[in-house]
Amino acid sequence: MCKRHVVALVCALLPAASVAGCGQAPPGGSTQPDLAAAIHSTEPKRTPVPLRVEVPPPPFSEGVFPCSDCHAEPDLPPNRTRRTLVDAHDDIVLKHDETQRWCLDCHDADNRDRLHLAGGDPVPFDESYRLCGQCHGEKYRDWRAGVHGRRKGYWNGAKEYLLCVHCHNPHEPRFKALAPKPAPLRPVRSAQ
Amino acid sequence: MDKNTSVDDRPEPVSRRKFATCAAAAAAGWVLTACGPRRLHDVPRDRLRQLVRDMEREYSARYGTTVAVSDAGPLPGVLFGYALDISRCIGCRRCVYACVEENNLTRDPQIHWIRVLQMDKEHGVDFTHADPYYDPEQVPQEGHFYVPVSCQQCRDAPCTKVCPTGATWTEQDGIVVIDYDWCIGCRCCMAACPYGARHFNWRTPSVPPAEVNPSMHYLGNRPRPRGVVEKCTFCIQRVRAGRYPACVEVCPVGARKFGNLLDPDSEIRYIIEHKRVMVLKEELNTMPKFFYFYG
Repeated sequence: MCKRHVVALVCALLPAASVAGCGQAPPGGSTQPDLAAAIHSTEPKRTPVPLRVEVPPPPFSEGVFPCSDCHAEPDLPPNRTRRTLVDAHDDIVLKHDETQRWCLDCHDADNRDRLHLAGGDPVPFDESYRLCGQCHGEKYRDWRAGVHGRRKGYWNGAKEYLLCVHCHNPHEPRFKALAPKPAPLRPVRSAQ
Repeated sequence: MDKNTSVDDRPEPVSRRKFATCAAAAAAGWVLTACGPRRLHDVPRDRLRQLVRDMEREYSARYGTTVAVSDAGPLPGVLFGYALDISRCIGCRRCVYACVEENNLTRDPQIHWIRVLQMDKEHGVDFTHADPYYDPEQVPQEGHFYVPVSCQQCRDAPCTKVCPTGATWTEQDGIVVIDYDWCIGCRCCMAACPYGARHFNWRTPSVPPAEVNPSMHYLGNRPRPRGVVEKCTFCIQRVRAGRYPACVEVCPVGARKFGNLLDPDSEIRYIIEHKRVMVLKEELNTMPKFFYFYG
């Protein structure tokens, strides 16, 4: 049966179902999911992907994590004023919408070993894809499907993902230019 | 000429002796053909296993390592497809050399199964403005994009149709393969291929023994003799064991995607359903299973 027939059938049955279900059904009625289920029944079933994705540990610079080693509360209270850093981290060049954001838009001032979403919810560093995905939703969706970014493993089994930050420096995310491998040799004509 | 001599046009009756001789010869011929070399395409399973063991012995002795030649057949319900994101590829040629190492490609003379074409953004995908010999300090270069081309694994492959010996065919899982023992080197397939994906061994291929990949497949990366044609097999030795092709795993920008076209959960199906997808030289109706997309 083609999809159109299913929809027509469901549409025909819908008034009867809603009358029969009137009174018992909670608000937002049971007929709505039925319709959706009937329409989607002809579509291929996709396995739902869990929210958390297993990834290798984030690529921290040597000795930089945990951040709370230096950012301990009594000695170094958080300074929430937007400024250019001079005493530490001055090697970090922010080229990531730098006119709009700075450190504490992603790094958490209260718990230095975490990041936070735009709404303030803390995010551990090994789930940083959730933070990136808040702005780059389309890329995040593709990454979850395995279409954006590198993936290793088995095409029909376990796959290894990478975090966004394994390829993109979060402070300067544009992919760096590479030196190409040698060009192929031009075909040589043997001497006539 | 003597008029009395008339030509007898009746067929000469076949003598018992002649019939028996011919029948014996035909039987002997049939037996010899059945026992002799056969195409790997239709060789029985146990004979294939024996052939593969012979190959292992030969190659192990030649390279001084333990070579494993797989005879893995196509998996049921699998049709392989490939997708390449042209908006991501930076033309670094990592895939080219990963392929060389994985598939035991000859170093000298040089054969590359993947050719990365540098194209002008101004002209779009246009083979008349394609340069495979680009060699700048760094890639990507301003104003250019890159289209790597290898075997497109056509569903209606022109190369398999022209082969006079039936030495190349499409496997059940969609991989177009070559039987190097039955290839006579006529290069008709190279003329038929619109993508320049097939390569001929003009001289004896050479792979340094230290660099040989000992994990081989009888239809893929086993050593080739001089005078035969070879091409990309989607890394048949890897993908039939469930792994990704070597070029997919090495790509630093993750532009290469691979999977089962018959599995609705696969990456390749996601790409075909959600992205702008194209194939090269669509007008030729070769129906490639190698797709290019804009991610």
